[in-house]
Amino acid sequence: MRMWIAGLFLCGGMLFFIFSLIGFYRLNYVMNRIHAAALADTLGLGLVMVGLMILGKDVFHIAKHLLVLFFFWASAPIATHLIGKVEMLTNADYYERVHEK
Amino acid sequence: MTNQNKTIWQKWKAWVNGEEALLHPDAYIAKRAERKKRSKKKTFNMRRMKENPQVYHFLCVSVCAAFIGILLAVVAELPSFGAAENPTNNEVMERYLEKGMEETGAINFVTGMILDYRAFDTFGEANVLFLAVIGVWMLLQRDRKNFSAEQERECEEDAAIETAESKTILQIGAKYLTPMILLYGVYVICNGHLSPGGGFSGGAIIGGGLILYAAAYGQEKVGAFLTKRRFLTMIAGSLLTYFACKSYSFFTGANHVGYAIPKGTPGEILSAGWILPLNICVGLVVACTMYGFYALFTKGEL
Repeated sequence: MRMWIAGLFLCGGMLFFIFSLIGFYRLNYVMNRIHAAALADTLGLGLVMVGLMILGKDVFHIAKHLLVLFFFWASAPIATHLIGKVEMLTNADYYERVHEK
Repeated sequence: MTNQNKTIWQKWKAWVNGEEALLHPDAYIAKRAERKKRSKKKTFNMRRMKENPQVYHFLCVSVCAAFIGILLAVVAELPSFGAAENPTNNEVMERYLEKGMEETGAINFVTGMILDYRAFDTFGEANVLFLAVIGVWMLLQRDRKNFSAEQERECEEDAAIETAESKTILQIGAKYLTPMILLYGVYVICNGHLSPGGGFSGGAIIGGGLILYAAAYGQEKVGAFLTKRRFLTMIAGSLLTYFACKSYSFFTGANHVGYAIPKGTPGEILSAGWILPLNICVGLVVACTMYGFYALFTKGEL
């Protein structure tokens, strides 16, 4: 039973990674691609980590996964924020910023 | 002094200094141009090739297919994974697996290998990193000779923009993440003989933490505790300590005649002979190299 629940979470996480990968190729503009990348970094990684935590052996094993999750959820938004900020500060092309999809 | 009168040594010196060291430069250039013109007819002309797309595409696909075929044929010839008669299953591997823990005292065989059996090789690698960072320093450091007043002004403007820019999110993130990253790097280095990791990976983690801190709070903050003098002392001191720790192998012979280092109990943090101090030395060198590259490539000074 535990295996099946964990497998469900892992497959769900992988699904979001696939969506994110499709988004990378589908979208052209930086801001849209940030959105696609964030999907994998937050929801995809979160589901995979929850699945691995369900499979975890003991408390320390689960705590390590929690730390990995915490690190990614703390660092990835900062990196994404910086990319968006640089784009807003340096790209003077109004048309690309507003209309490019 | 004309070129004809120089000795070989003087010519070489002139060449090193960037002077014209050719005997008859005009004749040489004329000859070279002539040869280039003559050989032009025979060379394979890529532009003419691309004008004919069918032939070009056919050639592209056939060359790629040939290489894919060669690689697949080689893969098919490889011995199967884990077979007993593979060339990798020789007496060296047996020796490492059977006597590795007894001889090095390290549970992590990889660390036992690179810092005990092959410590001299690792010493060379650490020296390569040291030479790389010193070379980058020589090339990229800003001083009066390679830096005009105008560039100096531009850099000051950039620095003023950078300090005026509010980086609140990055700074708060760096404030809480950097200590944890540094702590994790220290753990990976100090636990190198017990778990996967060691000096190289731990040093890279520490260098990454320093780079994050420098990106968030400016290089002056890191420069306050990692000054040029301390940087050089740390790298050179680590290498010298490494050499001093490991040179006993050169003086006592390969089997450490007459000199036994206590191995300790395998599995404890203070065990495995010199592997822990050697790991710390390598980690310091790698961390300093990574941060040095970042600092020199972005600002040109430490």
